[in-house]
Amino acid sequence: MKERKLGDVILDVQNISLAFGGVKALTDISFNVREHEIRSIIGPNGAGKSSMLNCINGVYTPQHGTITFRGQTFDHMNSRQVAEMGVARTFQNLALFKGMSVLDNIMSGRNLKIKSNILLQALRIGPAEREEIRHREFVEHIIDFLEIQAYRKTPVGQLPYGLQKRVDLGRALAMEPQVLLLDEPMAGMNVEEKQDMCRFILDVNDEFGTTVVLIEHDMGVVMDISDRVVVLDYGKKIGDGEPDEVRNNEDVIRAYLGTSH
Amino acid sequence: MAFFLETLIGGLMAGMLYSLVALGFVLIFKASGVFNFAQGAMVLFAALAMARFAEWVPRWTGIDNPIFANVVAFLLAGALMFVVAWLVERLVLRHLVNQEGATLLMATLGITYFMEGLGQTLFGSDIYKIDVGMPKDPVFALESVFEGGILINKEDVIAAAIAAALVAALSVFFQKTTTGRALRAVADDHQAAQSIGIPLNRIWVIVWCVAGVVALVSGMIWGSKLGVQFSLTTVALRALPVVILGGLTSVPGAIIGGLIIGVGEKLSEVFLGPYVGGGIEIWFAYVLALLFLLVRPQGLFGEKIIDRV
Amino acid sequence: MFYRENGQFKTSYVADQQIFPIAQDRTIILLLLAVAFVVTPLLASDYTFRAILIPFLIMSLAALGVNVLVGYCGQISLGSGAFMAVGAYGAYNFFVRVPDMPLIPALILGGLCATFFGILFGLPSLRVKGLYLAVATLAAQFFSDWMFLRIKWLTNDSPSGSVSVSSLQVFGLPIDSAQSKYWFCLVILVVMALLTKNLVRGAIGREWMAIRDMDVAAAVIGIRPMYAKLSAFAVSSFIIGVAGALWAFVYLGAWEPAAFSVDVSFRLLFMVIIGGLGSIMGAFFGAAFIVVLPILLNQFLPALFGLFGVEISTADISHAELMIFGGLIVWFLIVEPHGLAKLWSTAKQKLRVWPFPY
Repeated sequence: MKERKLGDVILDVQNISLAFGGVKALTDISFNVREHEIRSIIGPNGAGKSSMLNCINGVYTPQHGTITFRGQTFDHMNSRQVAEMGVARTFQNLALFKGMSVLDNIMSGRNLKIKSNILLQALRIGPAEREEIRHREFVEHIIDFLEIQAYRKTPVGQLPYGLQKRVDLGRALAMEPQVLLLDEPMAGMNVEEKQDMCRFILDVNDEFGTTVVLIEHDMGVVMDISDRVVVLDYGKKIGDGEPDEVRNNEDVIRAYLGTSH
Repeated sequence: MAFFLETLIGGLMAGMLYSLVALGFVLIFKASGVFNFAQGAMVLFAALAMARFAEWVPRWTGIDNPIFANVVAFLLAGALMFVVAWLVERLVLRHLVNQEGATLLMATLGITYFMEGLGQTLFGSDIYKIDVGMPKDPVFALESVFEGGILINKEDVIAAAIAAALVAALSVFFQKTTTGRALRAVADDHQAAQSIGIPLNRIWVIVWCVAGVVALVSGMIWGSKLGVQFSLTTVALRALPVVILGGLTSVPGAIIGGLIIGVGEKLSEVFLGPYVGGGIEIWFAYVLALLFLLVRPQGLFGEKIIDRV
Repeated sequence: MFYRENGQFKTSYVADQQIFPIAQDRTIILLLLAVAFVVTPLLASDYTFRAILIPFLIMSLAALGVNVLVGYCGQISLGSGAFMAVGAYGAYNFFVRVPDMPLIPALILGGLCATFFGILFGLPSLRVKGLYLAVATLAAQFFSDWMFLRIKWLTNDSPSGSVSVSSLQVFGLPIDSAQSKYWFCLVILVVMALLTKNLVRGAIGREWMAIRDMDVAAAVIGIRPMYAKLSAFAVSSFIIGVAGALWAFVYLGAWEPAAFSVDVSFRLLFMVIIGGLGSIMGAFFGAAFIVVLPILLNQFLPALFGLFGVEISTADISHAELMIFGGLIVWFLIVEPHGLAKLWSTAKQKLRVWPFPY
């Protein structure tokens, strides 16, 4: 495994509890993420992994607990603020904009960086046009990186699942994030597609130093590429540490990995 | 004080009529997740049918008994509403299964226009009377407490009673019967309900039939009070804010919402109207609903919707 | 084989992102504009102008505005009539009260009034969507109906809200003949369509479509739903307001609040549904359809029924119109929810590979 220079703690989740009515999605979850690392969150279905990411992104507001990002502490996150702070994300069930093409979907990730106002955009001359071209160039790099050039004008809804997942990743990458939250990026893929996706993730982490928080069910992948792993079960944290530690943790084995009887 | 009470009671009665129309909305939404914009058009259609059948029955059968004419007209109009329900399911709903709400809403908008046209083509576009023997004379209540008593319309009281009975029957239907439970399942998720074997098509026909009957009763009462004419649809549109206020999925909400809107309209017109130029009835209900939406989108008794990402 | 893009390679992003990337399309559009600006005025009769062309142009503009809000941003609006009314009466007030107010600034100011009104009544979109929003926009419609009927100041103290304008001119050129009216509307339409198309293919357009398609994901990538929705309402109501002012000033000449009733709102929505949601062309198709259909029915139905010896009155024709509209809406929603514009682009698609099937 490659030696990665890990930085200080960039994201710190403290005592997060989240409930929907009577359903306790998360109970007192605490863990941290260091800069440049690949941190995996694993656990059985319904353990609260996506909910955890949703709390970080400001989609859900936890009832208790705080989140600290680069030294700033929040008790609830505002989606726009989170995006501005450099956190991007993909979704388990694909949250692509079905009515738009691949190109437009990824371009929408550049939104935060676009400065020209409505009037200039309507006239589409000078600075507005140049800005649009600049961002188009950046997005084309991402399209090259993800090897989806042939599909750039295709409406996203017409693409096969694996390609849609790549577009989802592309849109997140377009935000030039410092932290990338990936929610089951390899779900429903075959071996080849998984290898491609792994390669993309590792490349992003390698070239740009992007911190990656990854929810994934494929244990092979998780153990292979992660620096550290958090294990959730029924909304509670039952394991936290390096892959080998977690692999041998009794609770984790019982709840998730399975033992031979 | 007496005047205030009179206005209040008048408002309650008007509100009851709104509730009746709103009931139809709630039924269809509860059971099929479709917001039936066409409910107002259905009320007009049913009222037109009833009015004209009542006129024509004596001509067709030669029997000149008004009670007989009205009963037959009611049955015929009801049967017609059943046919409408069946056609709507067959031609429209079946093809739009699991489309998003906006599409279904616009489809019912189309149905509205169609029914308005059809109703007037079949039955004519004049003003017609419905005379089901509702007492038109007023009653003076509480003469001992207030001088001259408070004016109450007997017709409104009977309408309120009918509405109350209808609501009670429907509540029982939804809560206690298997069909009622099936209807609620369908409202939650079309595909899921289908997958456990609920016959979607039949359920929808049943629901639209029931809503059609509710429309007929509403039409009968409204028509008896105001005469059957095209402007009935505009008044029926006023039931939309009722549904927003009460909550789209709540039968008691439709009633209470209707009462609130009815009272609010009358009171605001009488006490607020003169200061702003009058005629505020046309928008009061809507602006009230709008303000409510800002504060509590699901209405008084509706269910909150949580988006799952 | 005529519509092939063979050999048309783009070597710059600017070329790739132009409005009509296919050369044949560019030619067709130029031809169309030539016909619209030069040929039609020479050939069309006065009746054609007044009954078909001018309403078509103005309604296309209004449908464009509605499409921005409903088609691109996904916010259902049943209050478009109100925005037209505010634009019309707003422009009227500036035109009549400010001495020597030229026509075009008056129209623009009317549009801005509509913008303000639109943002105000668009606030509910921040809390609710779908049919709840539809009901909220109806509040705008009915409030506007009342406002122009009862608040005397808004209508220059006219008792029934009816007002009129006369002797319109632009840069000294009078706008009174059918042709001059036609050109005036055409120019405004082309300019605003161009600006709108630029908005829609730019960053703000992508924001609108993101909100329409999945607003939670849009928030997560940093789009502010409030800004996107309100800007959609603002732009949309501006366009609809200008269209309303044009309708009042140029087409009607004299009007009252009932000219912008809830029926107009429904009609605009139908135009956008039939024409195609989320498509600039769709606005034109839809407007053409809705403007031309009643006229066709008026000519056609009596003849058709006459064949069977049945006489039908104008009332019957208008009822038939209602039925046909309603039926068509439902038909389109079932068969082609993306409207005539989608049928058109499918046809183009087939044309591109013709004579091969795919």
